[in-house]
Order: sequence, then C-alpha cells, then structure tokens
Amino acid sequence: MAKNFDEWNRPLKELEDGIEKLREFARREEDALKRVDLETKIDELEHRRDTYVDVMFQRLGPWEKVLVARAPKRPYTLDYVASIFTDYVELQGDRRGFTDNAIVGGPALLDGMPVMVVGHQKGRNIQERQFRNFGMAKPEGYRKAIRLFDMAERFGMPVISFVDTPAADPGVESESRGISEAIAAGMFRMFGLTVPSIAIVIGEGGSGGAIGIAASNRVLMQEHAVYSVIPPEGCAAILWRMPERGPEAAQALKLTAESAMEFGIIDEIVPEPSGGAHRDPIEAAGIVKDAIVKHLAELQRLSPEEIKAQRYAKFREMGIFESAGVKN
Amino acid sequence: MLTAHSLCNIRTWGLSRPPDPEVSYEALSNRTQDKSQAFLQCGNCKKILFSVEFEQNLRVCNHCGHHHRLAARTRIDWTFDEGSFQELDTELRSTDPLAFPEYADKRKAAEAKTGDFDSIISGKARLDDIPVSIAVADFAFMGGSMGSVAGEKITRTLERAADHRMPAVIFCASGGARMQEGLVSLMQMAKTTAAAAKCAEAGVPYIAVFTDPTMAGVLASYASVADVILAEPKALVGFAGARVAKQAGVSKVPDDFQSAEFVFKHGMLDRIVPRKEMRLVLSSLVRSLGGNLARNPVLEDSHG
Repeated sequence: MAKNFDEWNRPLKELEDGIEKLREFARREEDALKRVDLETKIDELEHRRDTYVDVMFQRLGPWEKVLVARAPKRPYTLDYVASIFTDYVELQGDRRGFTDNAIVGGPALLDGMPVMVVGHQKGRNIQERQFRNFGMAKPEGYRKAIRLFDMAERFGMPVISFVDTPAADPGVESESRGISEAIAAGMFRMFGLTVPSIAIVIGEGGSGGAIGIAASNRVLMQEHAVYSVIPPEGCAAILWRMPERGPEAAQALKLTAESAMEFGIIDEIVPEPSGGAHRDPIEAAGIVKDAIVKHLAELQRLSPEEIKAQRYAKFREMGIFESAGVKN
Repeated sequence: MLTAHSLCNIRTWGLSRPPDPEVSYEALSNRTQDKSQAFLQCGNCKKILFSVEFEQNLRVCNHCGHHHRLAARTRIDWTFDEGSFQELDTELRSTDPLAFPEYADKRKAAEAKTGDFDSIISGKARLDDIPVSIAVADFAFMGGSMGSVAGEKITRTLERAADHRMPAVIFCASGGARMQEGLVSLMQMAKTTAAAAKCAEAGVPYIAVFTDPTMAGVLASYASVADVILAEPKALVGFAGARVAKQAGVSKVPDDFQSAEFVFKHGMLDRIVPRKEMRLVLSSLVRSLGGNLARNPVLEDSHG
C-alpha cells in the first residue's frame, strides 16, 4: 500500500512525464513526417492515460480515497473561493487575543448574492503548510468562525462551509485555550442560525475539527473526499497500537462519500472531474458551485424558523440503533 | 486490623499489577464485592485502605484523595434522592452498522461486565425533591464511548429537560466518540450539541460534571456547552488522547496536562468539586438556576 499520494500516483506521473517529453521532441522535430508520427504516438498515449485514469478512479478503495483527499495538488478552500465567489474579503481574529490561519473566512458574493464563507485552509509547500498548521485549526479558528456565523445571522447571509482538515490541532496551546469548547461552541452556534447553511467536504473531513464548522442544513461531499470520526492512522494506533495499519483502518471506518450517503449523513455526492478535482480545479469548482446554488435555492424556500427546525430534525435523525427490536 | 493472611494477599496483588490507577481500581472494586476482604490498596498512592471506610468515603482514597471511578448506578445512588431514579430509554440497543472488526465481541464483553447495554444510563430523578433529567456515563462500558445509543440517550435527556422544564444533570466519563460506529458516532457530537442548544433556548439549566476521564468527542460536544461545568478532582479532561496526540506529533506536555486542575486554571470549567460535596453543589445550582422553572406550568402527565 502506498503511504502518500505521490507514491501512489507515480505510474501515472511517469506516463505523463513521458508524454510531455514526446511533445517536446515533436516540437523540435523538423521533419514533418516524423512529427506526424510522434503526434500519433502522443495521441495514443493520451488516450491510454485517459482510460487508465477513468478506470483507476472508478474503483478507488477507502485508503486510496484518503490519499487522493490529501493530494498536495487538490484544490483547497481558497482555490474554490476564488473560482466560485466574487468580492471575497478575508476577515481575521477571534477578538480574544488570537488569530488562526487554518480556518479562513469572510463575506463574499455568489452570483451577486451575499454569503458568508468559512473553510479550513491547507498549504502546498513547507512554509505554507507550517503557516496553515497543516489545516489543523486552533480554538481561535473556531472562535473566528463563530464571529462569522454571528455576522451571517445579523445580516441575513447564508453560510457556506468548506471542510478540509486532518483534525483540530491537538497541541498544548490548543488544550490551554479550550479547543474542545471552541468546537462545541461552533456547532452550538450553527444550530441557532436561522439563515441557510451548507457544508461541503472537499478533502479530509477530520472528526471534531470538521464537524465544528459543518453542522449545516445540507452536507455535501465531493466524490473522492473522506469524512471520518478519527484519522485512519489514529484509529490503527488505538486499535492495534500500529499507526502504519492505516489502510486497514480506512477500510473498517467506511469513510468514503458512498458510505456517508448510505448512512444518511450527507445529502449529495458532488462529482469530480475525471481523475479527481486536482486534475481540473476549474471544472471541479464549477460543479461545486452548481451544487451550492441548487441546494441554496431549495433552502431559501423555507422560512427562518423552518431553516432552524430542518437542521435540528436532520441531525436528530442521525443514529443507527434498535429500539425494542425495531431498527431506527 | 491487618492479619498475616490479608497482608500476604495485598502484597501479592500489589506486585502482580502494573501501577495503573484504572487497572487497580478494577481489582479494587472486585475485592470490594468480596466481603471477606476487609483491606484494599489504593491504585494511586498504593497505601492500604480499610474497605468499609473506603466505601463510606464514596470510594475516595482516605490517604491521597484519589477519586476512584464509579459505576453509573452507584453514582446515581450516591448523588440523587434515594429511590427517586426512574430509568428511561432502556429499550435502545446498539447495532453494528459498519460490521467493524471485533465490535460485536467487545460490546458483548462490556454488557457482561456492566450488566447494561450501553455507556449511558438515563432517566429522571430528584435532587432534594427537585425533578431533574439525568444521564450518567459508565467508563467501564467500552471506555464510556459515544455511539448511536449513547448519543440518543443524551439527546433524549436534554430534550426531556427542555420539554418538561426540569434541569438537566449529566455526569460525563468517556474516551470520546465510539470509532466502531464510524461517522455515525461523529454525528452524535452534533446531535447532542443541538439538544443542548434546545435546552438553552427553552431557558432550562443544564449542568455537566466531568469525571475521570472526559475526553475528545464527548468533551468537544455536549459536555462543553453546559451552562455550568463541574469536575471531580484530578479527572483526566482533554481533547486528544495520548496515542492520537503522539500520532499528530505532540511530545512535550506540562505535568498537569489534561487534568481537571489544568482545564480549570485555563478557565474552561466553573468548579472542581470533591465527590462528597457534589450533591450539595448540584442541589444549590438546580434550586438557583432552575428556581424560575417552577413558576411555569408543568403538565404532570407529560412527564413521560
């Protein structure tokens, strides 16, 4: 089992690098006949690549989904924000002495309609990753989100959450400032909103860190995103005291979008371009936008009180148990 | 008085067990049930305890003050008015939606060990004659973990409080969400928090008590949004369990890290209350915070 996305993706990357090299040869080739030959070869290889990608991504296993969800090139919250909204202005600070860079957010316009955007943000290179704390928010991140929820309620703006975090920050600082309380307070505030809210899991839906901004009227998941009660490595560490058995834990945890749909946790699986969102971020953003617009239009038919009641009823229903021999 | 025989037993027992308060407590409670054993050893300070005194002291060590874990039903007996507890939600049973490895076996073992079907015991009781909606967690049942059944019981406890206008009191003891039920367990965090929000909107007080341990998915949901939060001394209270934190690269931590005292120092809870004062403090709180509830008409027949 591959340990990370790059390792898993190597065969495809080698194929694509080969195609790129041939293209370079073709550009330099002066003999027209030979060039046509090379171009035919390139077409053939590209066709093979597309088939390979289609087949491979149609049957991704749970662990492979984890790797794709964590792919360094996968579009992050701010990539989607840039493609989907206009007039986005990022707001900062928890007004209690701290600021957080793993949760971003602020007001924006969606086709001219005011909305409040909140989301986890990861980084791509080492500096960015450290700056974003690997997408692991501290209490101040959730407290900033709560400020934004308050503003959304005050100004009648729907809340759009982008979920993409391995987990909330587990460090000493976060414990000192009450990471658990901050997450709980985030959900608590979301349940009080009378404006519509939509959450979309775009990468890793990492346990408490995710649900802290995802107690929404509608919860959507991208096709290759994962959503889990615990990171697979953490699960393996607890179950078998062997974090390296993550792939097995991923299998057991049923953390894919299909399973989430089956358990009634999410409302829709949002398709991704062939080979995953990272292969065509613009197309991916277009599909995500269409899904947001569609669900928002449905929710806006409800009154403020109905919005709140719908959200309560939605989460109230969640749970799989037997009651006096009858399955719920 | 120490006889040669009992002393010998204690020594053997002390040597054969690792110095882990949890493991020692289990041995301790087993020995407590055995009436022939008059002496015990505290798992924390390793000193010898006279079992009758230990019980009278509500299973708090007479020497070091260590609050040993309590079974849910024992705690209910010792906290609420005698004979007032009416258990509800007993019809709920867990399923195995993920067909998770070893889950069914672990649950069966926990059922055999505790005689209950889940980690939460819920219902109605009275505290100095005031009706309260209560839920008490039992760490002995799969680490008090929250799956669908525990989530449903906590939700019903808070909804009953809101609907029938009586204060809610919840004793927490949990390692977190039950990973064997996967994402469905994670959603119990949202569901129980929503119920707490409902309680708050109804103007009904909700008091949470953190006992050893109150962790992760439980701490980061209904436990932390109570109006008043109390804790037993030295209870383990924190977000990331040691093994998960280590996996995330957390290494150096302060000595009192994730203790009730640490959390108190950082303003995340109201009071640390010794076990023998708990009933008194809870009683005062439900009478003051819930003092205006009595003015609202309550339909007796809706107390169901």
